[in-house]
Amino acid sequence: MRYEAVIGLEIHAQMLTDSKIFCGCSTKFGAEPNSQTCPVCTGMPGVLPVLNKRVVEYAIKAGLALDCDISRHSRFARKNYFYPDLPKGYQISQYELPICENGHIDIVTEGKSRKVGITRIHMEEDAGKNLHGSEKGYSYVDLNRTGVPLIEIVTEPDIRTPAEAAVFMRTLRSIVRYLGVCDGNMEQGSLRCDANVSVRPEGADELGTKAEIKNINSFRFVEKAVEYEIKRQISVIEDGGSVVQETRLFDSEKGTTHSMRSKEEAHDYRYFPDPDLVPLEVSEDWIAEIRRAMPELPGQKKDRFMREIGLPEHDADILSEERDVAEWFEHVIKEGADAKSAANWMINELLRLVGDEGIQVSESKVKPDQLARMLVLIDDGTIIGKIAKKVFSKMYETGMEHGKIVEEEGLEQISDSSELEGIVDKVLGSNPDEVERFKGGDHKLMGFFVGHIMKETKGKANPKLVNELIRKKMGS
Amino acid sequence: MFRQNIDGLKALLEKKEITPEDAVKAFLNRIDSVDKDVKAFVTVNVEAAIEIAGELTHADRTGDLWGIPIAVKDNIVTRNIRTTCSSRVLENFIPPYESTATERLIGQNYIMIGKTNLDEFAMGSSTENSGFYATRNPWSLDRVPGGSSGGSAAAVAADECAAALGSDTGGSIRQPASFCGVVGMKPTYGRVSRYGLVAFASSLDQIGPVTKNVKDAAILLNAISGYDRCDSTSVNIDAPDHTSMLGNDIKGLKIGMPKEYFIEGIDGEVEASVKKAIGQLESLGAEIIEISLPHTGYAVATYYIIATSEASSNLARYDGVRYGLRVEGDDLIDMYMKTRSEGFGDEVKRRIMLGTFALSSGYYDAYYLKAQQVRTLIRQDFQKAFGEVDVIATPTVPTTAFKIGEMIDDPLQMYMSDILTISVNLAGLPAISVPCGFSSDDLPIGLQIIGKHFNEVEVLKTAYAFEQSTEWHKRRPSL
Repeated sequence: MRYEAVIGLEIHAQMLTDSKIFCGCSTKFGAEPNSQTCPVCTGMPGVLPVLNKRVVEYAIKAGLALDCDISRHSRFARKNYFYPDLPKGYQISQYELPICENGHIDIVTEGKSRKVGITRIHMEEDAGKNLHGSEKGYSYVDLNRTGVPLIEIVTEPDIRTPAEAAVFMRTLRSIVRYLGVCDGNMEQGSLRCDANVSVRPEGADELGTKAEIKNINSFRFVEKAVEYEIKRQISVIEDGGSVVQETRLFDSEKGTTHSMRSKEEAHDYRYFPDPDLVPLEVSEDWIAEIRRAMPELPGQKKDRFMREIGLPEHDADILSEERDVAEWFEHVIKEGADAKSAANWMINELLRLVGDEGIQVSESKVKPDQLARMLVLIDDGTIIGKIAKKVFSKMYETGMEHGKIVEEEGLEQISDSSELEGIVDKVLGSNPDEVERFKGGDHKLMGFFVGHIMKETKGKANPKLVNELIRKKMGS
Repeated sequence: MFRQNIDGLKALLEKKEITPEDAVKAFLNRIDSVDKDVKAFVTVNVEAAIEIAGELTHADRTGDLWGIPIAVKDNIVTRNIRTTCSSRVLENFIPPYESTATERLIGQNYIMIGKTNLDEFAMGSSTENSGFYATRNPWSLDRVPGGSSGGSAAAVAADECAAALGSDTGGSIRQPASFCGVVGMKPTYGRVSRYGLVAFASSLDQIGPVTKNVKDAAILLNAISGYDRCDSTSVNIDAPDHTSMLGNDIKGLKIGMPKEYFIEGIDGEVEASVKKAIGQLESLGAEIIEISLPHTGYAVATYYIIATSEASSNLARYDGVRYGLRVEGDDLIDMYMKTRSEGFGDEVKRRIMLGTFALSSGYYDAYYLKAQQVRTLIRQDFQKAFGEVDVIATPTVPTTAFKIGEMIDDPLQMYMSDILTISVNLAGLPAISVPCGFSSDDLPIGLQIIGKHFNEVEVLKTAYAFEQSTEWHKRRPSL
């Protein structure tokens, strides 16, 4: 029998606000344990939460980017459970009335675009971190992360393949990074993904029993975890068994999932509206103001790169995925460089170099206007491509202007005809046969002579001038 | 000097007849001599109070409460001063921050004389549920002072302080004020910041004054009320001067008498005193109108679902992980269970279980949601009534103070003690209890006056007019 998988994702994205969602503590990553805490986020007796307005703004931004309806009236609720990293014994989240509902994302796989529905986006506070395995056998709790704002994005079960799940995550990552609301780093946990997976016979209407996969902490693992789980469920069914509703953990080393808790062991979170926070009212004016300030999103940028600049889809994809890459690219063009060669140089040279170094394009020492100036000179033949590549890696390393590097490295073109004439004479003199054949009309040999001259000058000869000189010497 | 109230002490201090040091010493001496019997305090702030009094004595005389010794219920957080909620689970808890209400009192240069006993986490009506010891009624030491602000009411009645702060979730200021023959006021929900009030039921809790007379209640309310950005449920409107209408007459004031509040089961002497008090208001020119608050009968049930639901969540933080009591266990779950088993008393456990049940999936709609709907009906009852009348007058409690131990094994009977005060919390209204008589065995009786949202001024004006035309507030227990 052929099977079809049904996949829905629940994504937690850490919001890039300076302070926590319900107190003024810093959200900075990597500080000394428990140094970014206060009575409110450590759940002291008597404290009360005060909502950080910026979090609401960011959630609305995400909602608008995902084409959601923004709720004019929403509410915070308490999710009750005991755990040492949860100081109040409940997490403040949203339940019945989330801030955003009914959106979608378009994803493109194998050249085809598909809509994945977004059920809801809600705001909540993050929990702290338990640290186990000290020498004394104690566990420790770090509450720096407690109260860091999150949005949870829940998709409809519209995803059908592991590849689609991975593309969805990359697309979402790209969007939240464009918006500047989340840094999208799965390895550091600022973007987290749980997957609800079930399988059913192809063509069936009914859904199969689902399992929830947790602990997927890289983009690579999204695909792997879902793929493994689909295979596992199919083999359970084919062996005559049935899939159990449960929560499973992904083991990235083995590439497998294993049971964490069954449906019966699931918590009863006893959600109820948080009486410490008043219902959240969002005005149309504010939504409109946020909408006006929205940046162009990756999908829109990609379309524009293809339509207006004529980039092939592959190039447009690469140059639009990250906002800082796209803006770097646009800057190069604005400085007057040819768009297609700018795209080539960025994809083949710059992105390779920053990738090797592991930094963002915006962090690189070489600036867009420098590349643009170099491209203009290549275009009018002042610089030869081969040398330009060498110069560009130097520009990347040092941030120096190409002219300066050329000068320092002695890479200037030899455009002095008296200097070149001697070399041309030498080459012609040592290849009399070819000279005869050229004069006899075999003009294809021009390349042969130019090649030799370039070799003699280590590629620095001005090709235009060389051409002229050869023709003159040949008397043609 | 310890017989003095806020207003009287202010006059003496202003005339420089006494210094803040004199005041503090007088009250500390009084505590020393009577608190072994009354047991109103959990912590007497001896050293710090003397130190601050010394500083104030030599500083500028600024602030509305300059040099006045005031007690604070021990569920209101005070920086560096042990705050226990009368619970074993917080027995040694020293808060790192100050509540907004007491911060404002500090701003008026008050002297924090001590932290008063309460029913553990404010859950109870007798102060017998304290994790430490029961407080006694100064009028009759074998009787309860009421609760949960029993320590504050007893301390004020026994002249162990000039005034006190209490908190009121279902009557916890007014009921003990009634039992102890003092004035107690619950402000409108949102009038006083709850920041630093250890939460019992967040949508009902409110800090308020417990005082020797109505004017003091107005003075103390002035000091603590007003918007606080740390409390999202505090309301951002200007607080008026609550003393401004004291002394105005009440001619033509329409006072509602809800028939549902004069019911079977109400003590005959209480009913007679309160009706006489309402007659007194009429003789002062008020118009008495019988009204109906038809959903009153559902108030206790509604309250015990909402309050316990919120409490079950509010008290989850006492888990032994970060502060307070920790009883080591074999593993995490065992540690949680042992800590909470040993840390909480029976009444607190009872309410946590009730609330946990009411919020459980499958029961939520039938209990919590239904209770919220009834709460709306109760609120609407008052809205309708306030279309007809300016204030509402009722007994504060159906009885006078009962004996210690009399009801401790009958929680349901105990819950009935709040039957006349609970609706006010559900509706978020301001209300005061003022002394209006004594029973034949010399126990105080209280008159409750309920006002419109944020109209404490009217409530205080009415209570003041009544008080000034009677002598009840001048009586003192013989200690």
